[in-house]
Amino acid sequence: MTATTLPLAQNSPSAPRRKPYLVVRARRSWLSVNLRELWLFRDLLLSLTARDIKLRYKQTALGVLWVVLQPLLAAGILSFVFGKLANLHVDETATGKRIPYFLFMFTSLVVWNFFANIVNKVSNILVGNSALVAKVYFPRLLLPLSGAMGMLVDLAVSAILLIILQLTANIPFGPQLLFAPLILLLIMSAALGIAMAATALSVQYRDVAYILPVIVQLLFFASPIAYSVANLHGRSAAFYQLNPLTGTLSFWRWSILGTPFPPLWTIAYTAAFSLLLLLTGTMIFQRMERTFADII
Amino acid sequence: MSSSDLAVSVRNLSKRYMLTHQGSRHATLAEHILDRARHPFRRPDTESFWALKDFNFDVHRGEVLGIVGRNGAGKSTLLKILSRITDPTTGTIELFGPVGSLLEIGTGFHPELTGRENIFLNGAILGMRRREILQQFDNIVEFAAVDKFLDTPVKRYSSGMYIRLAFAVAAHLNPEILIIDEVLAVGDVEFQKKCLGKLQEVSNEGRTVLFVSHNMAAVRQLCTSAIHLDHGLLTKHGKTDEVVDHYTTTRPVPPTLRHPNKHGLTLFTLDLLDPTTNIRTHSPIFNHDYMLKAHIHATKELTYASLRLRFFDDSGTKISSIYSPEEGIPPFTMHGDIHFTFHLPRLALFPGRYIISLEIARPNDPMVYLSVEDALLIEVQPAYLNGATWSYEKSHGLVRLANSAQLEFGVHALACSSAKHANP
Repeated sequence: MTATTLPLAQNSPSAPRRKPYLVVRARRSWLSVNLRELWLFRDLLLSLTARDIKLRYKQTALGVLWVVLQPLLAAGILSFVFGKLANLHVDETATGKRIPYFLFMFTSLVVWNFFANIVNKVSNILVGNSALVAKVYFPRLLLPLSGAMGMLVDLAVSAILLIILQLTANIPFGPQLLFAPLILLLIMSAALGIAMAATALSVQYRDVAYILPVIVQLLFFASPIAYSVANLHGRSAAFYQLNPLTGTLSFWRWSILGTPFPPLWTIAYTAAFSLLLLLTGTMIFQRMERTFADII
Repeated sequence: MSSSDLAVSVRNLSKRYMLTHQGSRHATLAEHILDRARHPFRRPDTESFWALKDFNFDVHRGEVLGIVGRNGAGKSTLLKILSRITDPTTGTIELFGPVGSLLEIGTGFHPELTGRENIFLNGAILGMRRREILQQFDNIVEFAAVDKFLDTPVKRYSSGMYIRLAFAVAAHLNPEILIIDEVLAVGDVEFQKKCLGKLQEVSNEGRTVLFVSHNMAAVRQLCTSAIHLDHGLLTKHGKTDEVVDHYTTTRPVPPTLRHPNKHGLTLFTLDLLDPTTNIRTHSPIFNHDYMLKAHIHATKELTYASLRLRFFDDSGTKISSIYSPEEGIPPFTMHGDIHFTFHLPRLALFPGRYIISLEIARPNDPMVYLSVEDALLIEVQPAYLNGATWSYEKSHGLVRLANSAQLEFGVHALACSSAKHANP
């Protein structure tokens, strides 16, 4: 068999060489987020997000109403179990005002649901979109981002409910409310970090889909959602602070309900930990994305 | 040719896959960790496999490059790397313009979404900006002819409508460099024609197209040049006709596989023989008598087996097949040497190239015990028949259906059995 090739361009030195639009080669770096490319694909990001939101309540009788009902029902059940049956203690506001248990629970759940929804949704996002991954090119980071963005709708609805509930309970918002978006960003970073690592691993090992919900469930009880940090004493309390969600939740309730300001180091620890999770998750995702299409 | 009109430039491109052997493959993470813990120093039992090895080629602006090769030659891998779905192992590809690729139509279509919603979603997935989709929206709807069902979920579409809509979105993708894989393999003949027409239109607009297909007629019609891939190597690059001829005449796999496969089966020979002289031939003459003989050896016993031969034309279309139970050979036990003989009296294949594949399977068992694609390649030669003054040629089609004819005149017909005409 004779290998014949047409004259290759590099053999004609006379011609000036144009700069290529794009060069494809094996990627080696540990972290290379191409922000320009993500921006170029912004319409796809919005389309994927819109698809997820539209699909979530297709063929349901109540439709979008579920976004409102779900957190209310969850908070109701949990309030009954923890507030009435277990009679857990909750914080008062810094000015000594008593916070209704349901409101306390709901405030915590807004953040917790945001976190858990992102983790659950994004950890499945590659396997759930395997046809796309195997057949089309787009920056793979768009998938986790679209998953997280889809959860912003639920977050917004919950936030409106929270405002109504809090005003009804006659607990005023303070200037510390300005910190709320920052806290949500930290929560999102932590959730995305965990979920991106999980979804990348699940391409090879589908076990992730089974173990992660258990971990999330465990984390629910290990975090001060249904109770406040003041319930804890001694050595276990110190151990407890290792959970980055502990600081975030105290910080969040301070920002919304005006509960006492948590120790500053817990906030610093939480912030650093969340950003570290995001960085690690992105690195694992990027490292593994080169073979997604081959394995999935 | 100067480099200023380059569209794609591929240098030293290779892709290696790691194959993990059974026994060391880990279905679960726990198994993997356990295995690592037990044998900390053993390297996993993997074998590397070069799907592409050292590719160098250029595609110029406005060129329509056909990529041909048999299954497993590396065509899909090449397209996946060109469209950036997977990374190369070594080498570089320079792309001189935005690339759009269609490895499948309707990727990302969601059955629950309406036609309208899917147009926007699929367009975005293929890399179109929302603005472009809005501009093209009416054309897409018109091309797909689904305007009445725009707000119906596509799960309620007929499969024809679904494919039309999917292709319509794809056809309105306008990148400078377009990569297409076998998109034409779907849909009915009418629709395939429409798709070919659209492709022709795209190439006439001077855009660069890289086109993988098994349909040699389409490749000849559309492509200005072609490359031939064989077992991960680029074996020929040049004018379409030369490459397609090279592809169709290259004897692919040697039909004599001297090593038994994992079921202990070896195909020693598959030959076409002249029944009177017993001489092997690859160039049988149309309408003459032949025998197809297969010699298979079984080192392990295989019960209830059957043999199937498939005939393909050089565009890959299946023409016919021979299945042993249908030819009066009930399922048999294979052990040692087995010889099959099939008589092909008055070979009915019109002149042209044909490829024959062989398969050993068991009725009602999905497992294929021996499969040899391209086991035999024959080129049927023209012949004069029935005193006609012209010979049967390739242009006649593939198979001769009539073998006797009558001509009658008037009310009281007279049989003209002596004047047999095979109308070309």
